Amino acid sequence: MSRLSDTNIKLAHEIIVRYPRPKSALIPLLHLSQEQNGYITREAMQHLGELVGVTSAEVYGTASFYEMFKFEPVGKYLINICGTMSCALMGANELMHHAEKKLGVKAGGTTPDGVFTLAHAECQAACTEAPTLQVNYRYRLRVTPADLDRLIDNLRDGKLNDEFPPHGVLSKVRQSIDATRAVGAKAPEDVNESPAWLDGKAAL
Amino acid sequence: MTIVDPIKETAPVDPNIVNITINDKPVAARKGELIIAAADRTEDFIPRFCYHPRMTPVGMCRQCLVEVETPRGPMMVVSCMTPVAEGQIVHTATDSVKKAQEGVLELLLANHPLDCPVCDKGGECPLQDQAFSHGPGESRFVEEKRHYEKPIAISDIVYLDRERCILCDRCTRFADEVAGDALITFTSRGNDTQVLTFPDEPFSSYFSGNTVQICPVGALTAKPYRFKARPWDLEQTESTCTSCSVGCRTVVQSSRDELVRYQGVDIDPVNWGWLCDRGRYNFESVNSPDRLTTPLIKSGSELVATSWSVALESAARMIRLALAQNTNSVAILGGARGTNEDAFAWAMLADKLGINQRDAQLGDGLSPEVFNLAQATIDQTCAASTIILLAPDLKEELPVLYLRVRDAAQKRKSRIVEFSSHDSGLTPYAWRSVGFEPGNQAQIVRDALATPEMKEQLTRGEVVVVVGRANLAESEVFTLQALAEIFAAVPSAKVLPVLRRGNVRGAVTAGLTPQNNSGDAIDILNAAAAGKIECLILLGVDPMSDVADSGLVQRALTQTKNLISIDTMINDSNRNADLVLPAASYGEKNGTTTNLEGRISNVAQKITPCGTSRPDWMIATELSIAMAVDIGVSSLEDLNKKLVSTVAAFAPSSDAKSTHGDGVLMARETPVTISGKASKAVDRNAYNYRLVVSRTMYDSAQATVSSPSLAGIITDSAIFVNPLDLARIGVADGASVRVGAEGTNIVIAIKAHNGVHRGVAWLPFNHTGVDIRPLLNITSDVVDVRIEPIK
Repeated sequence: MSRLSDTNIKLAHEIIVRYPRPKSALIPLLHLSQEQNGYITREAMQHLGELVGVTSAEVYGTASFYEMFKFEPVGKYLINICGTMSCALMGANELMHHAEKKLGVKAGGTTPDGVFTLAHAECQAACTEAPTLQVNYRYRLRVTPADLDRLIDNLRDGKLNDEFPPHGVLSKVRQSIDATRAVGAKAPEDVNESPAWLDGKAAL
Repeated sequence: MTIVDPIKETAPVDPNIVNITINDKPVAARKGELIIAAADRTEDFIPRFCYHPRMTPVGMCRQCLVEVETPRGPMMVVSCMTPVAEGQIVHTATDSVKKAQEGVLELLLANHPLDCPVCDKGGECPLQDQAFSHGPGESRFVEEKRHYEKPIAISDIVYLDRERCILCDRCTRFADEVAGDALITFTSRGNDTQVLTFPDEPFSSYFSGNTVQICPVGALTAKPYRFKARPWDLEQTESTCTSCSVGCRTVVQSSRDELVRYQGVDIDPVNWGWLCDRGRYNFESVNSPDRLTTPLIKSGSELVATSWSVALESAARMIRLALAQNTNSVAILGGARGTNEDAFAWAMLADKLGINQRDAQLGDGLSPEVFNLAQATIDQTCAASTIILLAPDLKEELPVLYLRVRDAAQKRKSRIVEFSSHDSGLTPYAWRSVGFEPGNQAQIVRDALATPEMKEQLTRGEVVVVVGRANLAESEVFTLQALAEIFAAVPSAKVLPVLRRGNVRGAVTAGLTPQNNSGDAIDILNAAAAGKIECLILLGVDPMSDVADSGLVQRALTQTKNLISIDTMINDSNRNADLVLPAASYGEKNGTTTNLEGRISNVAQKITPCGTSRPDWMIATELSIAMAVDIGVSSLEDLNKKLVSTVAAFAPSSDAKSTHGDGVLMARETPVTISGKASKAVDRNAYNYRLVVSRTMYDSAQATVSSPSLAGIITDSAIFVNPLDLARIGVADGASVRVGAEGTNIVIAIKAHNGVHRGVAWLPFNHTGVDIRPLLNITSDVVDVRIEPIK
């Protein structure tokens, strides 16, 4: 079963009412489902379609636009090594070869134990700190092969659990929006009054 | 000195007209109109791929770039996204415009495979045509083109070749915006963008064929036409689809005297260019190898081929023998599948012979009095403030009317108030959807219309009632009573009668309806079953599969002494007939047809009739001669003249030209009103379920079954109940159950369906697998069934 769990269905409904149209909640819901399973499953996409009232094809169309939504299982830690100009000049290719040797998988592959996925990435916008990599989209800068070895060992030993939640988790503290601040599931053209939190005083 | 033109100065200014200049020529455009739409009325063609006049512009392909003069000099704009403005000066063919358009085309062709010689679209392809007219002539792109698996089937009918796709968003926009089936979308991004369905969820839209028609390249092709013909070999004629009574305008295309394709024609009052897949692809049945080529006559227990002269003599003898008893021992069933002329010829013959018992409806229609109520056209319906649905599921029975009504609701022109026993295709778009148990609708309608919010809504403007028979297991009386309740609440309401058979309105108006207070189709069948009918004429109908009560039909056909069938194929009803006359089919004959709103438009012959088959009217004429009661018809023109001069309703079509294009509306008489006292069916025993039997798009109708591309789509019979009722019955979804009514049992799969109200069981009619008709009794008001698990 990789539809949303009961707890996450509750969360999903909380997320949906924050938006003027249910389908506007699709991206946060995709993140929620990726957090639950580590990747976006087919069943999850069908479930999300039911929740926000669109077809599964539309969910798939939306999700597949974004690089960060994965449709195949991904390791607990996704290591993206930047290979664009600055990093390449500063040894990113060597770093990638080193990582491939260390993990025993090629770029794009996942270790058999399902802990690491190694991937090539385009510019991570930290060129002054090249070469860079990201573990579950959290930076490591000016990475040497020795740094990489240590990082992988520590991740495997669970020493960095605090810093790196498993793939799919966006933040350790879940954002919460008070129900009174929600716009409600109402189409924009049907909204005649200001949102509750504007108190009707502020001009829109 | 300024010369003031006095006429110009005083001419009233129409606020809805915007004057612009396109290529130095003045053009009067409508306010809010797009430049490309205004230019389409001039001789200057702006190239385009994504723009389609019936869909929201998206500016996807950028091919329609034109120059608009601004205070800062000429500016390049996308003409399909830019509305006209007073004084706007547009250039569509300057050097910079040409350069821009050539650039866009070069980019579009960068990944396009140029496999035109083997592409079905080649010869009628906008990309091919515009590459010639507006393209650069050669490409600078030398790299490898994008490659995808060559065509993938995205549904039972449609194939997608992603290499050819130029990502114009026409098909995906159609699916989402027009059909409401967003089953195909753009997936991925950038160079990987492609149109796809969700994995394992096919593009099973009833309207998928339209995407093939509007695809500006050969990316979408349809199974029935793939590699069948080249466009330059096609011959075509404009006609009107008679698969259902919406009457969509089509072109019928043939190659080597065989039908190969129908395409939708855009006319404002009816179909806007769209067709449903059933109407679009059932041309295959016209080409079916099972078509009858010669008359067949019973010899012993078998039907053997015979000549027309023998067949007509035999028919005349059979009818004469029966008439010798009395005029009530002959009856005619059907006629709704033919043209107005076919129906009129048979009505004239029946008049001459004194045959009163005739009915083009088969007991599942409405009394012809609904045609005498104040009528609404499709356009008027879709412009009304309130559309009340007291009708079958339009999406299933009259698909293109569904598109029109859905569009009215989506664009917020109309609010839909739906009364139904189970959710229909329009339920998601309804403003209010009120459920009822069959037999209780009159009361439910009265109560619902009396609520304050509904009263307020009904006073907002025009109210149109779309009325038809939603349930074959329910007496017509209840629908008429509910209609009377609506008229009691809104006396100014208008009616759009939705009877499904192709030309039922024309046939009834031309006279194929009970005369002199004789009985309707069900009375005829009852009389036949009682042995009172000596000769029964089936005019293009198959009552065995088309009438809800098959037991009654079986008895009727067995008890009838002489059964004459005029049809295109052998079916369950005429298999044991005494005489079968082969009829010319759609596409093989000329004439006029009448749609559900009373619009008369022409149907045209494209191919030679199959074998020796003849149009119905010709058979009637020859039969009249054989019976020495000549109806005096020597040609179709003759017959048409007689029709328009005899039947007042057809008078507006006296000029044959008026039936082309948009067609012409029937003359209307002063409307009568309907009134009636509401009654209620007997209460349902709480252990039983009340039956709703309705038709779906793909059922075992002859034209669907004999079209190979459609036949595979028909699903097996199943009974649908609310999930809570399924839990109460205590079986799993999909399990077999025993369904019983009055001493009959059938064993059938049961399925949960959220759209079915509690206490109601929904049975789609005429599907494959289990025969559900033994449950139905056409004489009872409603049918209640027991549903039991099988131990």
